[in-house]
Amino acid sequence: MEFFIISMLNGLSYGLLLFMLSSGLTLIFSMMGVLNFAHASFYMLGAYIGYTLSGVLGFWPALVLAPLLTGALGALFERYCLRRVHPFGHVPELLITFGLTYVVLEVVQLLWGRIAVDFAPPPALQGPAFTLVNHSVEGLRWVWGAVPLTLCSAADASLRIVCSPFPATRGFMMLVALAMLLSLWLLLTRTRIGLVIQAALTHPDAVQALGHNVPRVFMLVFGAGAALAGLAGVIGGSTFLTEPAMAATVGSIVFVVVVVGGLGSLSGAFIASLLIGVVQTFAVALDYSVGSVLAAWGLGLSPAWQASSLGHLTIAQVAPILPYLLLVLILIFRPRGLLGTRDA
Amino acid sequence: MRKSSHILIAALAVAFAGSALAQKGEVVKMVRIDAQSGLLGPVGVNQLKSYQFFAEKFSGKGNPAGVTFEVTGIDNKLSPTESLNALKSAIDQGVRYIIQGNGSSVALALTDAITKHNERNPGKEVLFLNDAAVDPDLTNSKCSYWHFRFDADTSMKMEAMSSFMAEQKDIKKVYILGQNYSHGVQVAKYTKETLARKRPDIQIVGEDLHPLAQVRDFAPYIAKIKASGADTVVTGNWGSDLSLLVKAANEGGYTGNFYTYYAGVTGTPTAMGTNGAGKVYQIAYSHYNMGGQMDKWMAEFKAKYNDDFYTGSVIRIYETLGAAMAKAKSTDPVKVAAALDGIRVDSFNGEVEMRKLDHQLQQPLYMTVWQKADKKYPYSPENTGMTLVPVKTYPNYVSSTPTSCQMKRPS
Repeated sequence: MEFFIISMLNGLSYGLLLFMLSSGLTLIFSMMGVLNFAHASFYMLGAYIGYTLSGVLGFWPALVLAPLLTGALGALFERYCLRRVHPFGHVPELLITFGLTYVVLEVVQLLWGRIAVDFAPPPALQGPAFTLVNHSVEGLRWVWGAVPLTLCSAADASLRIVCSPFPATRGFMMLVALAMLLSLWLLLTRTRIGLVIQAALTHPDAVQALGHNVPRVFMLVFGAGAALAGLAGVIGGSTFLTEPAMAATVGSIVFVVVVVGGLGSLSGAFIASLLIGVVQTFAVALDYSVGSVLAAWGLGLSPAWQASSLGHLTIAQVAPILPYLLLVLILIFRPRGLLGTRDA
Repeated sequence: MRKSSHILIAALAVAFAGSALAQKGEVVKMVRIDAQSGLLGPVGVNQLKSYQFFAEKFSGKGNPAGVTFEVTGIDNKLSPTESLNALKSAIDQGVRYIIQGNGSSVALALTDAITKHNERNPGKEVLFLNDAAVDPDLTNSKCSYWHFRFDADTSMKMEAMSSFMAEQKDIKKVYILGQNYSHGVQVAKYTKETLARKRPDIQIVGEDLHPLAQVRDFAPYIAKIKASGADTVVTGNWGSDLSLLVKAANEGGYTGNFYTYYAGVTGTPTAMGTNGAGKVYQIAYSHYNMGGQMDKWMAEFKAKYNDDFYTGSVIRIYETLGAAMAKAKSTDPVKVAAALDGIRVDSFNGEVEMRKLDHQLQQPLYMTVWQKADKKYPYSPENTGMTLVPVKTYPNYVSSTPTSCQMKRPS
């Protein structure tokens, strides 16, 4: 049971981190029609800027400042690069963001080196947020914070006690993502600027005619998207690793998320993020092989097939490709994604 | 300056030609093809520094042949394909000594390429000095006359580790976790084989291979290991794949023991911290507290780079190469290879032998455990206040394993 709860929370926290990234990506897409290849690069920039700032100012100021700086960089990129190629259509826009990924990668490697930097979470977030204590007689208990070792080891050999702490960094990650989701939703639906953004989404010409500066709205949205990626970067970088490959690793998964969720759909991105986070976490734990699954369906394989490496392949081993498999299946059977509105 | 010194050396070489010390003063250029970027980059960077540090110590008067060692590195990003390109560019630069270690996948590709190169380019032979790739195939089914391994292979390490584990009566359930490439597969295979032989009552409750240098978050694996009820994890993981695993184990409250190959390597000591005390074991051919000259070198290395020296094969490579070049009276790879074949050298912990049969260095192995540094074992890696303390030593004749190598020797 504690395995299920902890794995579920691991999956959800990873999924929520993906959502912080994909929300910005999908917002930019729905607004400007630009599939921003460089989105994960802003995630990496956020992590590295956060790392540098936290060395000077401490983690908490860095958590606020790094996303703002990343957002400003994103806005500048939109203002001086993206806007210039906008009149030439979508392909040049796509290519310029694609080029930006390489520029950012090389710049990061020049400034911070080719190997991981030591970006540790603040002392307040080191250690567990809570601990699940599973006692073979007393059952499952929930304890805030760490549990003394004496509680986790049984004096009596017949008793079995398992303590499963849940890291505070992950709890914090979930908290920030949920707070972000809430404020984003409030901003888009309850404020004036949100209404202008929504209007500019579908009827940019009409919004322009009403006297709103639509290019500036675009710049703000792009900057906000980059800032969200930067925020995810500070949190993801300190929880996992801050290294030059972090953009490439998460970048491909984020694309899977927005395509599966439906391009331009915020709620779709939310569902797809959680789905992929949970699937990836649980897939690791499933030791069913292709052979055993087929046997369970009554399709026994021949002994030669069972002995082959394909027959032995377990779900745990194919876990890394599952998101991409999902991407291909979604594109075949539901091209607009889970909650997408437009048909591709 | 550099050019003039080369001319000087060439002149010296000519002057000494035909005399007893023909090779004296020659520069032996070596290239280390290894990862210097990416998740496993820190290990390769540390080792390149080690080579350059000890090149100074072992050059000139530091070796019996009186040659000067020069080592540069090429980043292979841990990819066999990139390594072959690097090999080509090294050979084009006139380098005849290739060093590599991290990743048996890379070592297998390099052995193959170098063997072919030597067949096709007589007079331009290249030697492959392997300092860390431990897939037993390299000295068995895929052995090559031009490949020399200075680390102990998985069959040797597992033989020693399983002998130690067999004596630990509290080990009942073992989980095997490895990186999904030749090395991880071999560790899993030899773990099962040796434990079945020595402690058939031990249950293997799980076995997993994960992608090499890709996993950033080991929490799902730790949850799975905990659910399996394993009291012990055996892993050949190294670099970030071990440090992140140990980090996740600490965060996830896993309290079992780890039997590892590379706990002392960059990043892992910090991840273990004080939590790993008494729970993490390492099998290796050296450890942090070898004593004597080694202690002084390690202190000097730390003072110079603020990093820890842990790759003892670096020293062994310089020692054996120096001895072989003195014996061959040449730096020509063909003659040096013939001299290396079966050579015996006194190293930092007694005599080691480059076995003629398969070019596997025969050397003592140490089982060590992670615990607080004290007066007897003072060296503390990454300033953790902890160290690896030897609990058992396996001399050459114990750690030695048979080989099936049938290498093709140049006639």
